[in-house]
Amino acid sequence: MLENRLDQTFARLREEKKAAFVAYLAAGDPTLDATLGLVLALAGVGVDVIELGLPFSDPLADGIVNQLAAQRALESGTTTAGVIELIRRIREHSSIPLVLFTYLNPVYTYGFEKFHADAAAAGADGVLLLDLPPDEAAANSELTGTHGLRQIRLIAPTTPPARMRDIGSQGEGFIYYVSREGVTGEQSELATNIAENVAIIKSGSGVPVCVGFGISTPDQAAAVARSADGVVVGSAIVKTIAAHGSSPDLASLVADFVRPLVEATKSV
Amino acid sequence: MSTLAHAPASLPDSHGHFGQFGGMFVPETLMAALKELESEYAAARADASFQAELDDLLHNYVGRPTPLYFAERLTSHLGGAKVYLKREDLLHTGAHKINNALGQALLAKRLGKKRIIAETGAGQHGVATATVCARFGLQCRVYMGKVDMERQALNVARMRFLGAEVVAVTAGQATLKEAVNEAMRDWVTNVRTTHYILGSALGSHPFPMIVRDFHRVIGVEARRQILEKENRLPDMLIACVGGGSNAIGLFHAFLDDASVKMCGVEAGGDGIIQGRHAARFQGGKLGVLQGTKTYLLANHDGQIELTHSVSAGLDYAAVGPEHAYYRDQGRIEYTYATDDEALSAFRTLSEIEGLIPALETAHGIAEVIKRAPTMDPSAIIIANLSGRGDKDVAQAARHILGEELKF
Repeated sequence: MLENRLDQTFARLREEKKAAFVAYLAAGDPTLDATLGLVLALAGVGVDVIELGLPFSDPLADGIVNQLAAQRALESGTTTAGVIELIRRIREHSSIPLVLFTYLNPVYTYGFEKFHADAAAAGADGVLLLDLPPDEAAANSELTGTHGLRQIRLIAPTTPPARMRDIGSQGEGFIYYVSREGVTGEQSELATNIAENVAIIKSGSGVPVCVGFGISTPDQAAAVARSADGVVVGSAIVKTIAAHGSSPDLASLVADFVRPLVEATKSV
Repeated sequence: MSTLAHAPASLPDSHGHFGQFGGMFVPETLMAALKELESEYAAARADASFQAELDDLLHNYVGRPTPLYFAERLTSHLGGAKVYLKREDLLHTGAHKINNALGQALLAKRLGKKRIIAETGAGQHGVATATVCARFGLQCRVYMGKVDMERQALNVARMRFLGAEVVAVTAGQATLKEAVNEAMRDWVTNVRTTHYILGSALGSHPFPMIVRDFHRVIGVEARRQILEKENRLPDMLIACVGGGSNAIGLFHAFLDDASVKMCGVEAGGDGIIQGRHAARFQGGKLGVLQGTKTYLLANHDGQIELTHSVSAGLDYAAVGPEHAYYRDQGRIEYTYATDDEALSAFRTLSEIEGLIPALETAHGIAEVIKRAPTMDPSAIIIANLSGRGDKDVAQAARHILGEELKF
């Protein structure tokens, strides 16, 4: 049953009683070749899952750090086909679970089913579409044909408890709990109600719940790892990439930044 | 008037879809607020006291009903169909936009939300929103592309005098689309305290429905007025289409009148060249942007393309989903006017009728100028004079006279 790398990883972590560390990268920032090196370096420091951002011109749920990364990725010539090819190249070296993270329009334009078929064939494990809520996924017959790729759903603090349980019960791969109202980006303080909402989501099913949006320090990662099945760090990594984009040591510099975050996550 | 109570309930459907268009393609953080808005609007629509307060303010504060004016000199100049103009330009703040801004401000009051955000392109929706916020004592922040702030400087000043904070958006091409992105980001962050008064028949459900319903009064009045004046329905309705709020407002009450043809006019910019226009029905394709599924201008990879129009209000990459639906149904025809045609129409209407139209509106007038001469003198056109051109005088002087005006 557990043929999907995401499912295998979360099953293993459950046995080990450890939280997953999920890292977000904007594919193609600064280049797709650099992203390949970054993914392999992050896998090397114990990152469990990679969210690979497929850039979109109008990322309305993202803060400025990820917007600029998407812009750099598009300027470097990143295309949907190029990102799928990147997945194939990653698979020559690594079996780390890969989730494509993007908005609906690039996927819809590529062809919803063809995108999933090609991404699955290349070696992806899941897809997270920020502007495709489960209601629309269910109501549109053309948004079907996911070829085994786990459809990662979002839950927000504003999601009513009944809906939290509902989305949780239909969850695949993992649920991405957006820990605060707002766009992606670092925050100095964590939201206070994370544990409570993670418990509500999990009461609907056993699907793992990963928490993201605003986590940037080892202390924050450890705090989240106490109540969630996974910790997602995005903007803080993207910002580090932006700071060292042209360095020949980019991959190792970013790995050095991520290592303490992974260690903090695993310390709990 | 009770225009809300009589709005047909069939479209959109319960998922907010107009056929295959529309919907709620938004981040999960906004779903609860959109559902709350949908149910509060349903309650307001059924509430006679809400309608009464709206009607009273539309009459005494905004200036409804607006006249349906027979443009006699334009008609004889064009030598064809009789041209009537629905005078939305006479409304308080100078354009149709206040119909919706007022209605949504009343909804915000019902929702108990004291902070309002809005996006604006030409600035007319921003001014209308700032105005109703002043009227109801609501805090107001308006997002506007930096390029649009420069070409609509007069409206920026008006918003500031009305107490609104105007935030310049510098991302991308710094026009309406980027302003919507920034407003959505604000809303995602402050959704519990803030209502987003979206300014066109665009975005996620329930906005296309709510915005349409608040503008539907335009067509309800025009239909009654033309029956009084001519004792018959018009042959043709014409309106410009950016998101499409003034157009759907005029057209909606006539949709069941099979004899009434309708034409929406998009911004043709420099002509239908990639990146140089905003005519979604000419070079666009089906896609999803800013909450809704509709026709939009995107490249082969689904990245949204640059747009261009001399009019900030039409310079936008997606069209309202209800327009996409009626276009596919063949019920409404869509064409475009180029920048040059719109500027020429701006001059013609100013010189012949003493009416300076907004540059957006001038796109609709350009189609009147093309079409009226081909029609029989017994035929009747109603065009929506959706806004007045005071805000565009500097822009028009630059393009038409080659002069930079200093204020």
